[in-house]
Amino acid sequence: MRLIKTFILAAFLIFAFSSYSYSQCKAFAKKECYPELVKGGFTHDGNYHAAVLIEGEEAELYKTFYSDMEYRVAIVGEDKLPAIEFRIMDTNKNILYSNKDKDYASTWDFKLESSQQLKLVIKVSSFNQPGDTPASGCVAIMFGFKMKK
Amino acid sequence: MNRKYRINSGILFVFILTLGFLTACKGGKKASGEDLSVKVPQDNTEILQDIKQAERIFEALPSPLESAMLIKNAGAKFEEGVLNPVSRVNSYVTNKAMALNLGVYTCDLSFASLYEQTQLLIDYMNAAKKMADGLGILDAIDEDDINNLEENINNTEVIMDIVSQTFLNSNSYLEDNGQPATAAMVLVGGWIEGLYISTQLVDMKDYNGNKLVSKIIDQKLSIDILLNLLKRSAGNPAVDELMVDVAKLKATFDKIKIDTTPVRPEYDPATNTTVLKSQVKTDMTPQIFMELTEVTAQIRNTIVK
Repeated sequence: MRLIKTFILAAFLIFAFSSYSYSQCKAFAKKECYPELVKGGFTHDGNYHAAVLIEGEEAELYKTFYSDMEYRVAIVGEDKLPAIEFRIMDTNKNILYSNKDKDYASTWDFKLESSQQLKLVIKVSSFNQPGDTPASGCVAIMFGFKMKK
Repeated sequence: MNRKYRINSGILFVFILTLGFLTACKGGKKASGEDLSVKVPQDNTEILQDIKQAERIFEALPSPLESAMLIKNAGAKFEEGVLNPVSRVNSYVTNKAMALNLGVYTCDLSFASLYEQTQLLIDYMNAAKKMADGLGILDAIDEDDINNLEENINNTEVIMDIVSQTFLNSNSYLEDNGQPATAAMVLVGGWIEGLYISTQLVDMKDYNGNKLVSKIIDQKLSIDILLNLLKRSAGNPAVDELMVDVAKLKATFDKIKIDTTPVRPEYDPATNTTVLKSQVKTDMTPQIFMELTEVTAQIRNTIVK
């Protein structure tokens, strides 16, 4: 009987922990990343891209951007993470922008002469402290748009 | 005996909890070639090496709001007749139908909001809410959102913000609660509806140089993203069915030519904006456009029937 109770309690805690960490990421995205779009007068497209990433981990995102719009991409990581590096590339893997050259800026504004599919490579850099447990935390990626002037 | 039992329970507890931590990791990693073997790394260098190989991929389709904005920007006129009537809302009872039509209704809602169709947008918000509630998405659209919408019915910016937030609530809930297949179907429903509305609003007498036609051609750039998004949930029967439909659409899009010159970034310090300069040449004959219109309508009508 006690075993069953332990099992149920453990299952409950797992569920609670999972939901907690996920809702934490969503809450983080809304609280820290979303305002980066709004303050530039951009409308968030409504899509959600966020994940818990670990020091040194990379993520990729593919998206089509249209010639009629002005865009802002905002990529924000939790404070406990080292700097978040991101690069934007075209389909030929030419680097069009790297925030490393801009002191790891969290946003980039751009517009296009013709619609393009672009690739974003997001990398959590490393604290480079051997022996420590690698840091992990939420990284949110959001896109805002407005009509091209 | 009693002590041994307690130790076993403790081990079981820790084991299950560890399993929970592991399963709590969000999906989206490359599925192919997954190494499921357990290995204890000797130091952080090895851990970090493993992490570097564990790439996460996001496929971002244009959201319903972005699709609606593209249609409006192209100068298309509003036509209520092309939208999916809200009267059908009670006929969607399966998870697949509700997910796809959550995307469809969110696109229709976005379209109505950009054209300041005040009563329609409230009706479509309620239809989207019904789909979200049916999928068990908690608090995606609550009564406060509907009230907020009514209070700001003439403020397009606030309305767009509400639409964006409710869509964010829906897809974040599905992604974060281990339902990527449902999340993908919502996005696909919205994208197909945007494509359907666009193709229906093209006036063939004004085909050459039509801005809406060029936006339809641009959707070719997203078809592989769409397929890759669905492939992540391959094996789910509803997704597998959709992939067959999307493959037909891809076959038609493959007939459209898009040639782009290399992209050259040019930074404008005055606006702190980078302009990605490139020229594009596209070719979609009216015949291919008609074929695309027909295939899109078939898929969309299957979704909303």
